[in-house]
Amino acid sequence: MTAQLLTFYLFSGVILISSLMVISTKNPVHSVLFLILSFLNAAGLFVILHAEFLAMILIIVYVGAVAVLFLFVVMMLDFKTSINKDNILQYIPIGILIGVVFIAELIIVLINTKFDLTNIQVLPNPLSDFTGKSNTEAIGSVLYTDYILYFQLSGVILLVAMIGSIVLTLREREGVKRQVVSEQLQRQGKIDLVDVKPGKGVDI
Amino acid sequence: MIELNQFLILSALLFAIGVIGIFLNRKNVIIILMSIEIILLSVNLNLIAFSYFLNDLTGQIFSLFVLTVAAAEAAIGLAILVIYNRNAGSIEIEKINALKG
Repeated sequence: MTAQLLTFYLFSGVILISSLMVISTKNPVHSVLFLILSFLNAAGLFVILHAEFLAMILIIVYVGAVAVLFLFVVMMLDFKTSINKDNILQYIPIGILIGVVFIAELIIVLINTKFDLTNIQVLPNPLSDFTGKSNTEAIGSVLYTDYILYFQLSGVILLVAMIGSIVLTLREREGVKRQVVSEQLQRQGKIDLVDVKPGKGVDI
Repeated sequence: MIELNQFLILSALLFAIGVIGIFLNRKNVIIILMSIEIILLSVNLNLIAFSYFLNDLTGQIFSLFVLTVAAAEAAIGLAILVIYNRNAGSIEIEKINALKG
């Protein structure tokens, strides 16, 4: 058993266990923390697969942004009132049934199939002339040339998501006093400029 | 050596865990959103495994776009969750039945 295989089993075992904990713990904060653990180990698997750039992106985007967003929402919403003594046993049979059917189908297919990747016709391989380059360099030289349209489209998707979530959560409260500069500047006859001599007071 | 099938089995298990999480959870919507994240992670793992074993960079590029869409989806889903909690006072799935579906 090589070190590579041992690392793979370590990472995948931690991923599976922590994903199970994500869906089974009572406390949502623990769920988010187990989700972070699972993402970190997935980043380790990506490093095994020589996708270093995506591993770092996974840590930055998922652990740094998405999971912290989840933590914020869990913190802001009041779960004490929403968690009651619901009998979860009622839903276990259907969940287990669907899950077992799913796993069985997929694993039966995968075990009986030996993927022969030598004869698969893929798209013209953009990696072929990147042998001396690092993963990040190769991704960059493909992403900004061949896939520039999709890159821009994903930027548009992020913009729409940003504007959408701002518009959704924006709330105009009643009775909040704000500074309105234009109204301040248009006040006529109520502002008096007084030249104050040093050492003397002002009569108003 | 690691084979492709091991990665595929791992990601199938992860996908099934995500689906089971969606079905089992009846308390709050946040766990369902996390299950969707787990499902997307398994898809990414699949794409990157094929990218490595086919020696083709396209899988990694696609995985990058899946990551982008997942981040956008999480942001919008959580925003919807926050305003739903503000309006209805609860995010229990059992009580989200305004459509009587």
